[in-house]
Amino acid sequence: MRRDRLVTWLLRIYLALIFLFVFVPIATSMVFSFNSDRFPSLPLGGFTWHWYDMVYKDPDTWEAIRTSLLVALTSSVLATFIGFCTAYTDFRYRFRFKGAYLALALLPPTIPLIILALAMLAWFSKIGISGRVGSIIVAHTVLCAPFAMAVIRLRLQQMDRDLESAAWNLGANELAAMRHVVIPFTLPSIISALCLTMAVSFDEFMIAWFVSGLNKTVPVMILEILQGNVDPRINAIGSFVFAVTVTLVVVAQLLFSAKTTTTRS
Amino acid sequence: MGAAQFVLENVAKRFGNQVAVNPMNLEIRSGEFLAIMGPSGCGKTTTLRMLAGLEAPSEGEIRLNGVRINEFKPHERETPMVWQSLALFPFLNVRENVEFGLKMRGVPKAERAERAHRWLQRLEIDQFAERDIGNLSGGQRQRVALARALVTEPPVLLLDEPLSALDANLVVRMQTVLIRLQKELGITFVYVTHSQSEAFAMADRIVIMNEGSVEQVGTPREIYRAPTNRFVAEFVGTNNIIEGTVSSRKAGMLECDTALGCIRTLCGENNPIHPGNRVDLVIGADLIEVSAEPIWSDNCFPAAFIGEEFVGSVATLHFETESGDEIRVQKQQRETESLELAHGKPLYLHWDADTVYCLASRTSDERGE
Repeated sequence: MRRDRLVTWLLRIYLALIFLFVFVPIATSMVFSFNSDRFPSLPLGGFTWHWYDMVYKDPDTWEAIRTSLLVALTSSVLATFIGFCTAYTDFRYRFRFKGAYLALALLPPTIPLIILALAMLAWFSKIGISGRVGSIIVAHTVLCAPFAMAVIRLRLQQMDRDLESAAWNLGANELAAMRHVVIPFTLPSIISALCLTMAVSFDEFMIAWFVSGLNKTVPVMILEILQGNVDPRINAIGSFVFAVTVTLVVVAQLLFSAKTTTTRS
Repeated sequence: MGAAQFVLENVAKRFGNQVAVNPMNLEIRSGEFLAIMGPSGCGKTTTLRMLAGLEAPSEGEIRLNGVRINEFKPHERETPMVWQSLALFPFLNVRENVEFGLKMRGVPKAERAERAHRWLQRLEIDQFAERDIGNLSGGQRQRVALARALVTEPPVLLLDEPLSALDANLVVRMQTVLIRLQKELGITFVYVTHSQSEAFAMADRIVIMNEGSVEQVGTPREIYRAPTNRFVAEFVGTNNIIEGTVSSRKAGMLECDTALGCIRTLCGENNPIHPGNRVDLVIGADLIEVSAEPIWSDNCFPAAFIGEEFVGSVATLHFETESGDEIRVQKQQRETESLELAHGKPLYLHWDADTVYCLASRTSDERGE
């Protein structure tokens, strides 16, 4: 009894420490984004919206946010589409070398980002499409598709195989069964895959930095500001990026867990 | 019973080099209630899935009303199925589930709703029309699955162990629902099950399958009282099977040497069994009488009572004969009270010669093993 309580408490402390390590730096950055002092030091100066205002008025920021959103939206849609197709072939068919097929489909995130980024840059300049917004989209799609596949595949694994057959049996051809059964069933995971891949793309720095050329995304812009000097604008942008990604991930998580618990038949 | 609706001619199914169904021939008549019964893995579900087009036969031909349908896709057939898992669409409510088949056929919305409603009413679940599937009981879901399959008014309904997930008392209620529906609609029901009680309670004809082959096709009575081989005799009911050798045949009476002693049975004139043949004697557990004293009868043997089981009011009594064989006897529970059963109590079992069904033993070559 007493030992159990001790273990419980130790685990609680451990958990608290983990959260502390993860969130204190982010919280610090957020706090300093409202601090009027130029240099991050204690005690804090007065409260200010000044840094947000500067960021807001800087056309470069808006340009970067526009590029980031365009890239995130497009590549998340493409990655989710590819991820869905891969997950569905895995669900539906059995074929030789399926193991290899799946391993290949899941490979990109396991490659060190810098290697992937360099390879992308080399390849894009070889075929002459480097330095465009399109090249970031292609590269992010490659990076994100495995995440989308993993999420959608989990949902498909919960699907009774008879559901699709039942649709055919009731007069649906393959396309109609896909539209009226498979997609509705996987819809929560499709939406959460969209959010998740959007978050990954929105956050991603390394590849974007290598292949973007003059089309800076938000993380690339942050680095460039940082290289110049210490600037509290970073804290403001950082807080904004954090809020966007956390929202996307939380939405993804809510959709996924809510739907999976309530729709079991 | 009408004319042949489905004809299966030498239909076989293999998955890779694994045989699911050996070449089989079967005629399914229009308007009959046909049960396909057998232990798990006997090929009964595969056979049903071939009728629905969900599996393509590896060999042979399936004809529907005389037309070869091997190449027809599932959605090109009118063979709706009630699934063991029910396979209701969890993201649609009850009404939308029932409307699904109509929607796929392009029936306009208003007509869809009206026809679905009619079926929900008929199956007494119209008050749940707008509910989610997850908020229904097992029996209600069963009815939704039936309504969904029948809403397109098909000429045949395929059922794959639809009652296996229900409680015993619900099973009996659903059986009456199914029998009534089948009689009222007059369409063919093909019902796959491993449960004898379901098959015997509902079917006009029963197909017994084992290891991918059809063992016997017949009415429930034929299957029960006149099994054509030992597998069927063992599979159905609580038959006692005693092996023996025919020792004499005169005037329609056979005498067989068995471990128990000499068992007498009747034998039709055309029966090709002769002295020296090995036979399996099938004695229905419900046809054996028990008495405290020896009785003059065609067959009477002493046996010790060793145990009993109850299912409702029916008791299955287990006896051990002097040869060490076990014999099962089924009695109404109230009939057993006068016997004052106690473990090891010596009693006498007797049965008439005309209750014994005599089967020629199949040798292993005949089985094709």
